[in-house]
Order: sequence, then C-alpha cells, then structure tokens
Amino acid sequence: MKNRGWLFQIPALAILSISAFIPLMTVINYSLHYIFAGSAPTFVGFDNYIEVLRDPAFQGALIRQLFFSMGILAVEVPLGICIALSMPRRGPAVALCLVLLGIPLLIPFNVVGIIARVLTQSSVGLIPEFLALVNYDFNVSKYPVDAFATIFLLDVWHWTPLVALLCYAGLQAIPDAFYQAARIDGASSWKMFRYVTLPKLRSVLIIGVLLRFMDSFKIYAEPLLLTGGGPGDATTFLSLHVARKAESYQLGYAGASSFIYLFIVIVFSYVFFQLMTHIGKGENQ
Amino acid sequence: MKKRYIFLICYLVVLFIPIYWMINTSLKTDNEILKELTLIPKDLTFKNYAEIFTSPLWRSSFMNSLIYVCLNVVISLIAAIPAAYAFSRWKFRGSHHLFFWLLTNRMAPAAVFMVPFTELYYTLHIYDTHLAVALAHCLFNIPLAIWILEGFMSGIPREIDETALIDGYSFPRFFGKIFFPLIAPGVGVAAFFCFTFSWIELILAKALTITDAKPVVVTLTVGIGAEGVRWGLLAAAGVLTMVPGAIVVYFVRNYIAKGFALGRV
Repeated sequence: MKNRGWLFQIPALAILSISAFIPLMTVINYSLHYIFAGSAPTFVGFDNYIEVLRDPAFQGALIRQLFFSMGILAVEVPLGICIALSMPRRGPAVALCLVLLGIPLLIPFNVVGIIARVLTQSSVGLIPEFLALVNYDFNVSKYPVDAFATIFLLDVWHWTPLVALLCYAGLQAIPDAFYQAARIDGASSWKMFRYVTLPKLRSVLIIGVLLRFMDSFKIYAEPLLLTGGGPGDATTFLSLHVARKAESYQLGYAGASSFIYLFIVIVFSYVFFQLMTHIGKGENQ
Repeated sequence: MKKRYIFLICYLVVLFIPIYWMINTSLKTDNEILKELTLIPKDLTFKNYAEIFTSPLWRSSFMNSLIYVCLNVVISLIAAIPAAYAFSRWKFRGSHHLFFWLLTNRMAPAAVFMVPFTELYYTLHIYDTHLAVALAHCLFNIPLAIWILEGFMSGIPREIDETALIDGYSFPRFFGKIFFPLIAPGVGVAAFFCFTFSWIELILAKALTITDAKPVVVTLTVGIGAEGVRWGLLAAAGVLTMVPGAIVVYFVRNYIAKGFALGRV
C-alpha cells in the first residue's frame, strides 16, 4: 500500500517515457558517437564534449545566453513587481487588467518575431522612424547592439506580464491585517514593502524566476525571424546554435552541446531554487 | 494613489503598441506598408483576411493547430490528474526525486529533443501526424500540469477524502463525484496553460510535421526572409493566431492569476 503512489504515476510516466526519457537517452547516445551520414556511428567517448567546450562559437553563444537570461531577470522581476503593486485590488477593473496582461502571453513566439520585423523594418518601421527623429540610425541587420536590444526588449514585452500576474496573485494572498499592523508600528511604505510584501511574495517569485530562467534558454524563434541570429552572431543564443548543428546533421556535436546545455539549466535552476528558498527565511519566523 | 494608476495605464499602452501595430499592418495594402509609415491605414482593406479565409493552406493549418493542441490538452490532463493526486496525498518512496525529475523535463529545451523525436516518431510511424506533435508537447506540458494541479489539490483538506471513503464511496466514485468538482478550477487553469504553451510552440511542431499536420505557426514562417515578404498577409495571420488565445483568456480570466501562482500562494 505504501507505494500505491507509483500506480498513479503510470499514465504520466508512460507518456513521458516516449516524449522525454527515450529522446534524452538518444541524445546521450549521439553525444558519445561520431556520426557521419551514410556510415555506421563510431564510439568516441567524450571527444564531442571536448570539441563543444573548446568551440568558440559555443562559448560565445553560452556567454551571450547567460548575459541575456540574467538581464531579462533583472528587468522583468522588478518591473513585474511594480506593475502588480500598481494594479487595483478589487472591482471590475481587476478582470480587465488580467485579460489585458494575459493577451501578450498567448502570442506565438514566431508571431512575436513577425511583430519585431514589422516594427523594425528599415525605412518604414515604427522604431527606426521614431529614432530617426533623434538622429539615431537604427538598423537591426547592420548593428549588433540594435539587434540584441530589440530581442531583449521583445522578451521583456512578451513575458513581464507573466511575472506581474504571478506577483499579483501573491499580493492578493497577503491579509490586510499585516499592513494594518505595520502601519500602527509606524512603518514607512518602503519598510512595509521590504518587510511585509517582499517576504510574502517569495514563493511566487521563486516560481516566476525559475520559469523565466528556464524559458529564456529556449529563445529561438524571435532571433531566427528577426535577423537569423545575426548580424554576425550577435543574437545567436544557445538554442539557435544547437538547433543549427542538429539541422546540419552534426548529431554528435548537437547531442553533446544539448547535454551540456541541459546540465547548465538544471544546475542554475537548482542553485536559484536553493538560494531563494533560504534567503530571507529567517525574517519570516 | 493616483500616481500608480498613471504608471499602470502607461504600461498597458506600451504593452499594446506592438499589438496595435500588427493589427494596423494587417489592414493596409502591401503598397502602403512598403512605401510610408502611417499610424492608421489610409485605405482600409480586408483583403489580407479574405485571402487567409479562402486559402485552403491557411485554413488547414489553423485546423491542424487546433486539433493537436486540443489533443495535447486532453492527454496532458489524463496523465497529470492521477499523478498530481498521488503527489498531493501520499509520500511514497522516491516521490521527491520523481517530482524533481518531472520538473527537469519542463526545463528541457525543445532544440535538444528535435532530432531524437524525429527518429523515434519515424520508427513508430506517427511522423507528420497530429498525435506526434501532441505527444511531443507533453514533454513540457505534463510537468507543468502536474505542478499546477498538485498545488490546487494540496489546498483541499485530506479529511474530505477520508470522510468520503468512510461513508462508503468507492474510490472512482469519490474521485468523480466529490473530488473532481472541487478541483475543477485547477483543471481549467492547467488546461489553459497547456493550451497556451502548446499553441505557441514552434521548434517541435516544425520538426515533426511536413504537410499533413502542418500547423499555423509553421505556415507563418514560410516565405519570410525571401524577397517580397507579404507583410500584410503575415500580420493578418498573426492577428488571427491571437484570437483563440484571446477567447480562452476571456473565459478563464478569474482563474488566471490563481493559476499563474500555480495554486500554491
């Protein structure tokens, strides 16, 4: 009876074995072989891993990815909290705000890419025209900084509502009594935020940061549609780099880099999770 | 008090500029799009929309997307409900490790699994079918659904289970008659998220289909990058891909915020 729990896991595990376990094993298998179309794969041990780690293109993509992921977290989390704080707490406006915030989340990634293309088209797009007013020559296919900034802002635009909605749900769960008590104690509004709101938001912030971090590693369609990862390799993030290798059938390399990639995401997520569960735990008690 | 509403309204306006621009572009003629920048379409045209509604390619793409997304939602929920129930009710051997392993699947980037999926589904003879995409999307949707549902179920007191079983309800009857109605909002939220993430996914949907199950997200990318991109048409299709989501979001608006907190606030 003790392990009846496993019985209930059977449907999920059965499906995940097809859609997660077998593919993962295949990826590991690829990563240990030298694969060339038309001939039998040869076992090469960890050669692929060494090749990937020494590849400047992979290193570049990895650094760019980490920079990007940390950057969007640094912008999206505080901005999301501010939006959540400024939303009405009750009344008919609540549902309206929720619907409006929910809409960007439902836009497919490649439609976001198309929006970016339409907005940044040289000579007729809204953004270049607007920036031309202040004499800034904006061109995503020419200047790496412009392309990177566009992808960055696009992600902030697309996913800040997720953080805001999470924080909003967290705020709703804080009883008014907490604030009243703090007010009686004469706490300033910053102190109230710091010692009442923020600790109570911790659990939703953990989920928000983790989801955003994991998903930011998957960014693929937006840079692909905007500039195809260019100009140069300014917007070639990890996913794009790996997908390119897989598409050109360098499976050993793709497998090894995939595995390194997955390893990095899991380690970082685990560290985030541990840090965020432990920081400020003392304050709560 | 007033200041924060100004901030909120400004933010919402910025949020909707890109969407407005998309709708704006979709209502212009290709000539106007390429020639000048106009804030409102000069000669309003619905030709782009008409072309999509009459083209069999676009129509079948939309249908394909809807079919595999719904299929995925159903499969994900059927697999996730019992699993989430077990996680919320019992500590069984290895349950913590299993839960973490499930979450790591959510982290697995689609680009990693593209090639193995293609090979596996070829072998299973389901390549280029709706089922293939639906199953592939379970990779990230089942963990998410379990995560959300586990939160909701943990919020329901265990005493309810015990009382029902003492009262002589059989387990399936208890689950269907008493427990399921209690977690119905949670199921709705989970379904909404599965719908969203399956609807917007591109990499796997692109890798696993050629013609028979080609979804709208893939049809959209065709022709981009070539000379003479039909911006008006693409924008119109883009606007249309937002419609199913907008309908869904309207119906579940009251549960959204709760669901985003994954039920464990």
